[in-house]
Amino acid sequence: MINLQLPVSEEQIRSLKIGDEVSLTGVMVTGRDAAHAWMIEEKPEEVRELLNGTVIYHCGPVVSQKDDEWTFVAAGPTTSIREEPYQGDVMKEYKLRAVMGKGGMGEKTLAALKEHGGVYLHAVGGAATLQAQSVKKVRDVIKLEEFGVPEAMWVIEVEDFRAVVTMDSHGNSIHKTIKEKSSKIAEKLIHS
Amino acid sequence: MSFQFNPDQLRDSIVELIRITSTQLPKDVLQAMSDGRDSEEDGSPAQSVLDFMIRNAKAAEQNSTPICQDTGTNIHYVTIPVGVSMNLVRQVIIDATKIATEKTYLRPNAVDSVTGKNTGDNTGTMAPYIHFEEWDQSAIKIQFALKGGGSENVSAQYKLPDSTLNAGRNLDGVYKCVIDAVNSAQGLGCAPGVLGIGVGGDRASGMLTAKKQLFRNLSDTNPNVQLAELEEKLYKDLNTLEIGPMGFGGKTTVLGVKAGDVHRLPASFFVSIAYMCWADRRHTMTFTETEVTYD
Repeated sequence: MINLQLPVSEEQIRSLKIGDEVSLTGVMVTGRDAAHAWMIEEKPEEVRELLNGTVIYHCGPVVSQKDDEWTFVAAGPTTSIREEPYQGDVMKEYKLRAVMGKGGMGEKTLAALKEHGGVYLHAVGGAATLQAQSVKKVRDVIKLEEFGVPEAMWVIEVEDFRAVVTMDSHGNSIHKTIKEKSSKIAEKLIHS
Repeated sequence: MSFQFNPDQLRDSIVELIRITSTQLPKDVLQAMSDGRDSEEDGSPAQSVLDFMIRNAKAAEQNSTPICQDTGTNIHYVTIPVGVSMNLVRQVIIDATKIATEKTYLRPNAVDSVTGKNTGDNTGTMAPYIHFEEWDQSAIKIQFALKGGGSENVSAQYKLPDSTLNAGRNLDGVYKCVIDAVNSAQGLGCAPGVLGIGVGGDRASGMLTAKKQLFRNLSDTNPNVQLAELEEKLYKDLNTLEIGPMGFGGKTTVLGVKAGDVHRLPASFFVSIAYMCWADRRHTMTFTETEVTYD
């Protein structure tokens, strides 16, 4: 298990390789479809400092509110590939060091990870209760009214949030190798 | 005598059905996960991912919090006694859905497809999705499922014959489509998945049949011998694809395969594949005049 304190340095991120298990502690920000489109189309300044050196987490949580305090009730990853058109550019523009979600991403993101110094972290899909327990505090929420609960950008403090590096800054992707392997087996089953 | 019930009592019982479904993984699914875990190599990523999933399911049940934050499409297959008003039951389900959202058993998940605005309470046009049937028993039965978006996005529909798969208009052709669909899905549907397959029908009835299969117990046997064979062969072969839990590799790619058939037009042969994630949230409520039970 490799402990990563957020924000994290480019050097530490470049030392990671696929298959490494990591534990995240610090401040990160959630963002999915609406947030990514917004960051590319309007390049908002208000998130620049927040995102610098940290992780953007593809997650639309279940939250509860008591007085002015928000709590994460369930917070697993959503499918990342929907952000493929935006992710590499968002990463470079806002100096993110990691993207976290599920299912992995494509060639454009993989190239950006290599060029800029970043990793893709895979969190276990559907394990939302345990993941919410790692979210210790909700610091802020951006664009809640306009985007709705799942799509808003939640600024959260996490402790021991677990994930696996499935795409690294050296051009490797677990998703690519698993797919190549399974496709050969599927081909045989289909055409035998 | 027609079936008598108190709508408030039905509403509260449905809120409880939603809570149970969002927070408790069915026993047969948990068992299949645990069997999968034991079949994986010690110390493998597949095993640690399955362990994490099982721990999460237990924690969700204990804390009464959602297993997965994507509480998905709310699907109600409702069977009502003769004489019960569908409109009334529909309204009761809608009210229960709003309450369950307030209680955070559900995430607000209904988005207006034209304006992009989230209604905030899980209700809207055809949301929740409610399908009615009638029976001659003195009970309202609701089969309820929460089907996440990731798994719905990798669900698929094929049309036979399919020349790229060399798939003809028969059960062997169906087999080939399913292998292709699961390989295309990789880990994206939150593998290990449960597959509901609709053989035949039109595009709507085929998918409805596929989704209905998801309510079958994972350990049951299809009464149709040919479909039973197909299910068994697919279950075995799909687990050789080495996609594994979340697509990290491993032996556990699917937890179950269930197929049903529907009559089709001479001109059409659809294969509908409903991919359900490992967080296979489905429970059934039986509401009689004297008691409510959940399964």
